[in-house]
Amino acid sequence: MAPSRTERAVIVGAGLAALRAAEAMRAAGFSGPLAVVGDEPYRPYDRPPLSKHVLTGETPPDATALPGRPGLALDWHLGVPAARLDRTAQEVHLADGRALPYDRLLIATGTRARPWPNPHEGRMPGVFTLRGRDDAAALRAALAAGPRRVVVIGAGFIGCEVARVCRSLGLPATLVDPGPTPLARVLGSTVGGVVGALLREDGVDLRFGAQVEWLEDEGGRLVRAHLTDGTRIEAEVAVVALGAVRNTAWLTGSGLSADPGGVDCDADGHVLDADGRPDPRIAAAGDVARFPHPLYDGRRVALEHWGHAEAQAVHAGRLLAGDRPDAPYSAMPTFWSMQGDVMVKSVGLTDGADAVAIAYGDLAARRFVALYGRAGRCIAAVSVDCARWLPACAELIAARAPFPPDGAAVDRNARSLDILAPGLP
Amino acid sequence: MSPPSAGSPLRVSVDLNLCQAYGQCCYAAPRHFRIDGREALFYDPAPGADARVAIERARVACPVQAIRVEDPDA
Repeated sequence: MAPSRTERAVIVGAGLAALRAAEAMRAAGFSGPLAVVGDEPYRPYDRPPLSKHVLTGETPPDATALPGRPGLALDWHLGVPAARLDRTAQEVHLADGRALPYDRLLIATGTRARPWPNPHEGRMPGVFTLRGRDDAAALRAALAAGPRRVVVIGAGFIGCEVARVCRSLGLPATLVDPGPTPLARVLGSTVGGVVGALLREDGVDLRFGAQVEWLEDEGGRLVRAHLTDGTRIEAEVAVVALGAVRNTAWLTGSGLSADPGGVDCDADGHVLDADGRPDPRIAAAGDVARFPHPLYDGRRVALEHWGHAEAQAVHAGRLLAGDRPDAPYSAMPTFWSMQGDVMVKSVGLTDGADAVAIAYGDLAARRFVALYGRAGRCIAAVSVDCARWLPACAELIAARAPFPPDGAAVDRNARSLDILAPGLP
Repeated sequence: MSPPSAGSPLRVSVDLNLCQAYGQCCYAAPRHFRIDGREALFYDPAPGADARVAIERARVACPVQAIRVEDPDA
C-alpha cells in the first residue's frame, strides 16, 4: 500500500536513526508532511565523539551535528518529549500538550543512560552519566577543572573509553566493575583481559570483582566512593557507566509490546501489539527496536550500535514510505570502540560463544582478530588494531561457516589455531 | 582544528565500522584527519567552510568510502 500524497508521517526520536529514516523516506518518494520529535533541543548529532574527543576537549560538543541530505523538508519539534501514543486516534501526544496526527509513524526514541540506583546520590554534584551532548559538555567541564581523581563505575565500552580519556588528560582514574575483566559480558574475559591490560598499562587503577555501594558527599559535593568490601576511593568526579535503558515509557498504554528492553518488531520492522500482531502504520529502528535477527535463528535482539541505527533506519524508512522490503532486515551487527589510541571492532554477536580462536595476530602483541564460535559455527569476531581482517571474518559469520574455520580467510590453518575458552558469563 | 572562516562549517562523519585506516584522508586533509596509534581515526566533524576542497579530496580518496560530508551552504 503506497501512501498517498496527503498522508502524514511522524518520527519520534531525533538521533542518527531518525535522520537516516527521514532521508530514506524522502528517497523512496514519501512527499507528505514529515515531523520529527526530539526531547533534546538539538538536531541529530553524532554520539560516538561524546565519550572520546569531546571529553578531551578536541571536539566542541556543538560540532557533532550529523551530515544529512539537504532538502528533506522536515518539521522539527525539538526540546519536547513524546508523552503518549494513541493508536486509535493515530496521534502522538507531546509533553507540552500538543498532538501530532500520523498515518505513518517511526519509533526511534533510542536509549538513556541507566541512572545510579540511588537517585539522591545520582543527582549529587560531581556525579555524571554520559549519553547526550549536554552530559558530555558537563563532564568535559568537570574533567577540565582537574579533579584529584575520577572514579568510573562500570567497565563497559563507555566506562573504558572514559577511563582512557582521563589518563590522556593526566587525571588519576579508578575503574570499578563486578566482572573479572572489562567488557567481560560482551567480549568475554579472554579478550576483555587484553583491554584490561591496556588500561592498566595506561595507569588506570583497576578494581575488578568490586562494586560501589554508595557515594559520599561533603557539603553536597561528591568526595568519595565506598566499595562493598569497605574500600574507599577519594574522588571528586564519578562517572556512572552502567549501560542504557530503552526509552519506551511513552508507549505505556499504547497497546504495543514494549518494556525497558525495547519495543518488539516483526521481521519486516513493523511494531507488534501485545497480542503479537503487527501495526502496519508503525515501524521502529535503532537502539529501541527489538527484532528477530535472521542471522541468529530469529533470536530477538535490540542493538545499541551506530551502524545498526543507520541501516535499520534506512530499512524502516523505506518500509514506511510504502516500499515492500525484498528481505527481512538482517544487517550484520558491527561496532567499534576507541580505547585511547587502540581500536576495538566487532562483527556479529558473541552471545553464547563456547570457543574463541585467535585467527590472526596474537593476544600478547595487542594486535589480533579473535573469532568466536558456537556449536561449531562462526558467530562473531573482534579485532584489536586489526580492522582489515574483519570483513573476511564477517563473510565467515554471514555464511555460518564451520568453527574453527578452514583457514581460507586467516593467516594460518585451523590445526595451528589456539582454541580458547571465551570466558563469557 | 580549523580556524573560524566565512560560511557555515561543513558537517563530516566517518563510518568507523568501514574505516580500515588506510590514511588517505590524512594525506588529503591533514588538518582535519589524523590516525592515532595504528588505526584510531580522529576527524574534525565541523571543519570551516574554507576546508571544503580538502574535505572533498579526502572524501573521494577514501578507499572504503567511509566519509560523509554535508555542506550546508551548497
